[in-house]
Amino acid sequence: MNDMNDLVGMNRRRFVLGSAGVGGGLALGLQLPLAAPAQAATPAVVPEVNAWVVIRPDDTVVIRIARTEMGQGTLTGLAQLVAEELQCDWSKVTTEYPTPGENVRRKRIWRDFSTGGSRGIRASHEYVREGGAAARMMLVKAAADRWNVPAAECSAANSIITHGPSGRKISYGKVALDASKLEVPKDVKLKDPKDWTIVGKPLRRLDTRPKVIGAQVYGADLRLPGMLNAAIRDCPVQGGTVRSFDASVVLGMKGVRHVLQVGRSAVVVVADTWWQAKTALAALPVDFDEGPNAKVSSQDIEQRLVEGLTAAEAFVGNSNGDAKAALGGAARTVEATYAYPFLNHAPMEPMNATALYTPEKLEVWAPTQNGEASFAAAVEASGLPADKVDVYKINPGGGFGRRGFQDYVVQAVLIAKQLPGVPVKLLWSREEDMTHGRYHPIMQAKLVGGFDAQNNLTALHLRLSGQSILADVFPANLVNGMDPLTFQGLAQPGEHGFGYTVPNLLIDHAMRNSHVKPGFWRGVNANQNAIFLECFIDELAEAAGKDAIEFRRMLTANHPRNRGVLEAVVERVGWNKPAAPGIFRGVAQMKAFGSFVAAAAEISVEGGNKVKVHRIVAATDPGYAVNPAQIERQIAGSFVYGLSALFTEECTVKDGRIEQQNFDTFPSMHIRHMPKVESIVMPTGGTEPWGGIGEPTICVAAPAVLNAFYRATGKRIRSFPLKKHGITFA
Amino acid sequence: MIGLTINGKSHKVDADPTTPLLWVLREQAGLTGTKYGCGIAQCGACTVHLDGAAVRSCSIPVAAAAGRRVTTIEGLASGPKLHKVQQAWLDNEVPQCGYCQSGMIMAVAALLKDKPKPTDADIDAGITNICRCGTFQQVRQAIHAAAAARA
Repeated sequence: MNDMNDLVGMNRRRFVLGSAGVGGGLALGLQLPLAAPAQAATPAVVPEVNAWVVIRPDDTVVIRIARTEMGQGTLTGLAQLVAEELQCDWSKVTTEYPTPGENVRRKRIWRDFSTGGSRGIRASHEYVREGGAAARMMLVKAAADRWNVPAAECSAANSIITHGPSGRKISYGKVALDASKLEVPKDVKLKDPKDWTIVGKPLRRLDTRPKVIGAQVYGADLRLPGMLNAAIRDCPVQGGTVRSFDASVVLGMKGVRHVLQVGRSAVVVVADTWWQAKTALAALPVDFDEGPNAKVSSQDIEQRLVEGLTAAEAFVGNSNGDAKAALGGAARTVEATYAYPFLNHAPMEPMNATALYTPEKLEVWAPTQNGEASFAAAVEASGLPADKVDVYKINPGGGFGRRGFQDYVVQAVLIAKQLPGVPVKLLWSREEDMTHGRYHPIMQAKLVGGFDAQNNLTALHLRLSGQSILADVFPANLVNGMDPLTFQGLAQPGEHGFGYTVPNLLIDHAMRNSHVKPGFWRGVNANQNAIFLECFIDELAEAAGKDAIEFRRMLTANHPRNRGVLEAVVERVGWNKPAAPGIFRGVAQMKAFGSFVAAAAEISVEGGNKVKVHRIVAATDPGYAVNPAQIERQIAGSFVYGLSALFTEECTVKDGRIEQQNFDTFPSMHIRHMPKVESIVMPTGGTEPWGGIGEPTICVAAPAVLNAFYRATGKRIRSFPLKKHGITFA
Repeated sequence: MIGLTINGKSHKVDADPTTPLLWVLREQAGLTGTKYGCGIAQCGACTVHLDGAAVRSCSIPVAAAAGRRVTTIEGLASGPKLHKVQQAWLDNEVPQCGYCQSGMIMAVAALLKDKPKPTDADIDAGITNICRCGTFQQVRQAIHAAAAARA
């Protein structure tokens, strides 16, 4: 471990412009040259206490973070979890990323780097707390050994170890070196959550300051000595290839150094500056063979989905009773069909990666949501053995699921491999980013509800028809051909369990894939499933002549935590009291990513089509809440993403390619569209697996607004975005 | 060579006059705090001040900035003390990923020069930057906090 600095390219760090977004900068090389004196004040190499904790002689606590911080606050939350058990002084905490290569060399001691599925905290809270606890035990033992007293007579708090009987005290920094030589204890006991003093508190983020002074270094900002810049054009149609290109047209342009093919389908111009590269790329004649998908249009894709709505064969994701028979015998049925479009993630920072290849070593700087996947992609693309490759993670300018995919890393490596010894930064244009995304899957749903003569809901059939993410991304994770993720929020009991009891239930999926590459888009399949289910629940309530809340109460009798968040928003929004004149309300609830979430929206509608979303009350029960202040920010932020999609966003296909090229045709909300968001963070504790934060709540905003829109206008909108119906933000 | 005054310092840059100011700032002046988001003046991540007014630097040729005062996020504060908008951003913990925030802060700093005590309607009309993390609730709160703060 002592050589970790070398492994991460210590000598490279002074080349990089900017300062560390996260304290140590050990793993990444993000130190401003001016920071060198501060760096010199502490030894360049401090042995770790254990894999999670380094304590410097000046008592600085460096906590290692395996997941990626991309705005969601996971870095601060994970540090809180370690610090809680470490019993350290929070004001002395800083963080750093171990590299994926180091993780491999140390037999995955930091476990999973993947940062998606709202798993950052919920899937690692236990082992990171154990890491903090083990480090504390080692520090205490080192102090006890020094004093020659039993460790049991010593206690630790706020980075100070105290020997009870004698009152002697010593700080962590003084014994860290001794502690580092001790064996890491295996049997550690975690605190009872009721004794937490750092976890559960709305502590300030650790990474804000560089972001307000322009000093946070994103991948797009990296500068290495001798670095060249690459602009790329991939075949506009997925599945196509490069037939030819005429480099001679642009090789004489100022700054242009190389014109290269990348893989089978892309061409790059490499130049002194990115602007020169991009300008030359625009002038470069490229002949693409657009391949077998060159004629596909949105209409073709939608036709296949429509066919799937009534297809005989479908994967059954959830069922009880006999829904088909019950619907056949129902006194009355209600039916509706919904449709949800492709969406691009469009994080503010376009895809990019920087690579430096020699036959002896490949280094990659990547704004990635999954450092290990980047590492694996870099190893494969380079052809080098894994011990000659490493990836330095950079905090991305937004991810939302897009940066779990490694296409941009592969491209950067394939470029660097053609230019050994030259660092090359590949940056996509926004247009490249918009047209080569990993799109939110397109999906339609046909819902049929059946009532008996007394207006009791006896059966529900929800047929999904559309794209599977797993079939494209992780086909090995399909279960007998079925994609379980398609049923998020509708599934059997579990982290995405269906939140109602219906006597006869059938939820199935006719898988209809297309050439448009699908991906995990913040909230993933809970987004459309919440719209399908929660709008239709309102339709059923109306058909039964019942209030939307009363109707949900009947169906959630066996789902206390769903019921809990529902009641919380109902009470806060004042459902039982009339809304202000012109204000209309709607609700929605769901379980997603292990958390129970609900929203109540208040909107007004002008002229039948101009919608003002005034207020959304949102409740979440994630089991445990590590940092309530950051949770509130995630909830409010997720609604911007979700409502932008609802109102204005879709990606359509013409001649095989995505039509939307930039934010003019794929618009994102402005501050004037932002509702007042009131968050209710209501963790109920217990022993169930913890729920996630970044994604769950996004899914309930859209159906709550749609249900309010129906109350305001009498119009039930069932295909999206709303702009297709002439409905806009006011 | 084109002469520019960036954050109070004179620069001579060798660039095609049609090069957007953004790319001269980022790639030639080494000021990477100003971000590329869309290249078509839609998102505002590239917002800087030109003679004190907020502009989207991705869509201004560097030649148009010749001889004028350019201020970037790196030059917004005078000295080590943060500009009041930056301080309000820090106090209210506005940034999530942070990528859009340089532009957002520059847009807000310009707004507050014109309207020292902006109403919500002023904010709605004046701030059209995109933030995909969705920090708007915190942005609004921080704008009011900055307006209430002494300069």
